[in-house]
Amino acid sequence: MIAHLVDRAWLLSDSPQSRAQAALGSAYRLWCDFRANGPAFLGLVVVVILLLAAAFAPLLATHDPLIQNLGQRLQPPSADHWLGTDELGRDVYSRLLFGARVTLGIVFAVVVLVAPIGLAIGCIAGYYRGATDAILMRVTDIFLAFPRLILALAFVAAIKPGIGSAVIAIALTTWPPYARLARAETLVLRDADYIAAVRMAGASHRRIILRHIMPLCLGSLVVRVTLDMSSIIIFTASLGFLGMGAQPPSPEWGAMIATARRFLLEQWWVPLIPGIAILVASLAFNLLGDGLRDVLDPKQD
Amino acid sequence: MIKLGATASSLAITLFGLVVVTFFIGRVIPIDPVIAILGDHARPELVDRLRAELALDQPLTTQFWLYLGKLVQGDLGRSVMTSNPVLDDIRLYFPATVELGTTAMILSTLIGVPLGVISAVRRNSRIDQVARVVSLFGHSLPIPVLGLVSLLLFYAWLGWSPGTGRLGVAYVGLIPAVTGFLTVDALIAGDLEVFWDALAHLILPAAVLAYFSMAYISRMTRAFMIEALSGEYVITARAKGLSAARVIWRHAFGNIAVRLVTVLALTYAGLLEGAVVTEMIFSWPGIGQYLTVSLMNADMNAVIGATLVVGSVYMVMNMLADIVYRVLDPRV
Repeated sequence: MIAHLVDRAWLLSDSPQSRAQAALGSAYRLWCDFRANGPAFLGLVVVVILLLAAAFAPLLATHDPLIQNLGQRLQPPSADHWLGTDELGRDVYSRLLFGARVTLGIVFAVVVLVAPIGLAIGCIAGYYRGATDAILMRVTDIFLAFPRLILALAFVAAIKPGIGSAVIAIALTTWPPYARLARAETLVLRDADYIAAVRMAGASHRRIILRHIMPLCLGSLVVRVTLDMSSIIIFTASLGFLGMGAQPPSPEWGAMIATARRFLLEQWWVPLIPGIAILVASLAFNLLGDGLRDVLDPKQD
Repeated sequence: MIKLGATASSLAITLFGLVVVTFFIGRVIPIDPVIAILGDHARPELVDRLRAELALDQPLTTQFWLYLGKLVQGDLGRSVMTSNPVLDDIRLYFPATVELGTTAMILSTLIGVPLGVISAVRRNSRIDQVARVVSLFGHSLPIPVLGLVSLLLFYAWLGWSPGTGRLGVAYVGLIPAVTGFLTVDALIAGDLEVFWDALAHLILPAAVLAYFSMAYISRMTRAFMIEALSGEYVITARAKGLSAARVIWRHAFGNIAVRLVTVLALTYAGLLEGAVVTEMIFSWPGIGQYLTVSLMNADMNAVIGATLVVGSVYMVMNMLADIVYRVLDPRV
């Protein structure tokens, strides 16, 4: 079995002998398509590097991200401090690494919260149609019509600024497009012949939705989620920048820009380095998302 | 006509949703609004009096109708920070945001639409590649980063921009406020010196804000144009021997104009949001800065008021886009 994984002919066989062979073969074909897309592959590499940096931050960091050293404040990059130090003498490189944990953690939390909710609401609305559909979509539209950042800001201010509130606020404003997407897919699927066949075989509504409709909505949802990750990163950074996201001394990238902003004219690298980190991360997710869309969802442009 | 009625009623429902959500954010979520106003150590009789004054001892539904009644009369409460009625504060700050957003809109349309048309006509040319990168960065670049880089470059290093704020200190208060748009007011007063200073302050934040909408507008224009250019009527027009420019601008572009207007209206609504962050960076005294400063001081009346106003303008803009589309395009 394992030996087969490096056997191209086995993977690309036109007459697979087993379910596993067919599944692996189609995965391998997608992978080949994806790898041929240079920018998307670059995006993937950067995303993997970011994940590794976040996972191994304590090993890769050269300093403690929270330890202040006022004698060494606002240093330019040097052999000791690879990316210089901030206004409290903390090592910027180490803070960036730990900041990747905060940013990716928030992105992950939002996605885990939002994708299932959007999927469930969209599939239920699209499957049952009628009053259920009308009510659920009305609510979705109301949330879709809100200016996202403003709603999130007001919401965070009402609870208490912090990472937890930021996650809830971002989630609150992110789910509606997923619900719309899942509903649109469900509307197409529900009238398909194989669903009628499953229904005739006596499957319950629950089983049809969970086992036969939701799995088929996942492809476009994954694409949409990956494309949205960069906007979640920017959203997180904007909240942090406005003082409503992660609070100091947390090394969240947006908050790092906010606190270092006043040194822009003299020590410009201090606010700009976390900015570049945000840019690289969101670019990588954008490129990866575009590539995934091309591979998984060829009907779109 | 029936569709317009449906659009109007859905706007009403959405605005009602906004009111409900702001009510929850302002009154229900905070653990105790009284403590938030008076602090932890207030005397108990003071707490009770304020609680009765704010009608917090009433059931939630009664509170909601009271809140709605005040809203209808334009009463958004008083700002703790400025001690003015919130609506007066908003009247003072909002024109600055509109001036910023409108300038950004003009800039992004003037650049974004031609860029989109050219990249559609010359697909995969050098200029199309550039447009693609520009739009990719438009999706990936956070506003604070572009704002700070532009300040560093054009203010600190090149000295082309006069820096943050809306007007140089020397010019503040020289002209009477008529429209609240400083550039327009300066022209009305006939004071060119103030006009140029206001314009110089306006250009950089407007350009930063415009970048993001420009990226979106050019992408959408390109997609619409590619579709239009492959239409049979365009091929017919070409076959008739019409000039390339006439085919592109009159036949193809003429056909996407309606959809483009919709995109522009949506973009304008989005600019209001981008303005919040941009105003923070450029110390621009608009509604975004008002909102952020109120947030930091936990001035909830001001936060809710600003959220309501920006939210309703945003929703109305979105609906207008929808209506314009329906009116101009008989197929829908």
